[in-house]
Amino acid sequence: MSERLADWTKGAEAIVYQTCGACGKVQYFHSGFCAACGAQDLEEHRGSGAGTVYATSLVCRAATPETRAHVPYNIVLVDTAEGFRMMAHGDNDLAIGDAVAARYQPFAGRLVPYFTKVK
Amino acid sequence: MSFITGVGLTSFGKHEGSSSLDLMSKAAELAIADAGLKRAEIDGILCGYSTVSPHIMLATVFAEHFGIQPSYAHAVQVGGATGLAMTMLAHHLVEAGVAKHVLVVGGENRLTGQSRDASILALAQVGHPDYEVTLGPTIPAYYGLVASRYMHEYGVTQEDLAEFAVLMRSHALTHPGAQFHEAITVADVMASKPVAMPLKLLDCCPVSDGGAAFVISRERTGTSGVQVRGCAQAHTHQHVTTAPALSELGAEIAIAKAKAAAGLAISDVRYAAVYDSFTITLAMLLEDLGLAKRGEAAAKVRSGHFGRDGAMPLNTHGGLLSYGHCGVGGAMAHLVETHLQMTDRAGNRQVRDASIALLHGDGGVLSSHVSMFLERVR
Repeated sequence: MSERLADWTKGAEAIVYQTCGACGKVQYFHSGFCAACGAQDLEEHRGSGAGTVYATSLVCRAATPETRAHVPYNIVLVDTAEGFRMMAHGDNDLAIGDAVAARYQPFAGRLVPYFTKVK
Repeated sequence: MSFITGVGLTSFGKHEGSSSLDLMSKAAELAIADAGLKRAEIDGILCGYSTVSPHIMLATVFAEHFGIQPSYAHAVQVGGATGLAMTMLAHHLVEAGVAKHVLVVGGENRLTGQSRDASILALAQVGHPDYEVTLGPTIPAYYGLVASRYMHEYGVTQEDLAEFAVLMRSHALTHPGAQFHEAITVADVMASKPVAMPLKLLDCCPVSDGGAAFVISRERTGTSGVQVRGCAQAHTHQHVTTAPALSELGAEIAIAKAKAAAGLAISDVRYAAVYDSFTITLAMLLEDLGLAKRGEAAAKVRSGHFGRDGAMPLNTHGGLLSYGHCGVGGAMAHLVETHLQMTDRAGNRQVRDASIALLHGDGGVLSSHVSMFLERVR
């Protein structure tokens, strides 16, 4: 397995995914093995941040003081150009099917991926 | 075969001063009495979990508290599918001869035992700790995501979803144990506070205190006979990020296997008890199970199909949306109500014919599914 690249979950401005050398599957949740075939022959890559909106939900009621400070915030699922789906934040007016690109924004004391519409 | 020989259900809402164990005990006592059994005759215990009082050995904690020394006992955790998963296991345990009478019990003081924020936070943990929970989603947001996609693919509207909240409330109005007793309209649902769009407050089930229990036995203990005819599970994912396409979710897999196990078709079903944590959950599951065509469940609600006097009475106690949701006991109330209907004991809520019932539970974010057919035998 290649060395682990830092991504937004570790505070870096990056989206990281893995590809399996054995079966070719792409996976987003970091693991020591391929969730499809079990092989440990994984390679790490940085995502381009390009994708398409799959689903959205504008959160208007949050459960902690830290997150409440941000309401309303839009939780989105994005199908990335590289073939994996990820959860992130995005502009409040994003619609399903919108072409989007990622940047990074502070949220509740950390950095999170934030998608905006590609003009 | 196995029989559901007794059921017990507390009212849902506020039970100030009652612990999770108190609520479990109350429901268990009712179920055992309903089965016509004594505590000492219970030789198996399956219990759910309590977010208020987490414990690594809740079944034996309960057994000691309740005064039973069973030969089989442990807790089960499958989120909202826990009640039916326990029932399925109890069915197999008594069929295999491991136990004669298995007590299945769930109860929690989720409303008064902790803050609403604490409940919402605890439930959000079904998300991925690194890749989802860090983004501040709530359980309504996970289902809000699914709702947005479902509405997009099948042309379902927010007004359509509101119909399910109105239906569940209309059913709850006739049950004295329900948490809510005020009628609501589609306009009320549409005007309720946004929670996680497209879901608004009245699209979401409440947080409740309550408990539910049943006894699953190898032989019937009275004259009524409600049998587990067949059941099955499906688990396709945990996190919504990795959920399969809407057409490949676990409900469709579980129901196909349950139909095969029971030798029944949807056309045989006379009563439906379907998990309804949110309006979207109920709409999707009804369509996944084949109780309505894609995108048509709401129209069937409007036409009275799922009402008490309709062709397919659904959650006549009011469901999670209006009877209430106390965690594991929440969806167990669906089975209690089904049993009352099947044994002609539902009083003013009694439906014409509940001879064959379909129950379905969902845990996580449409992650874990249990489908079950019950049949009344004379």
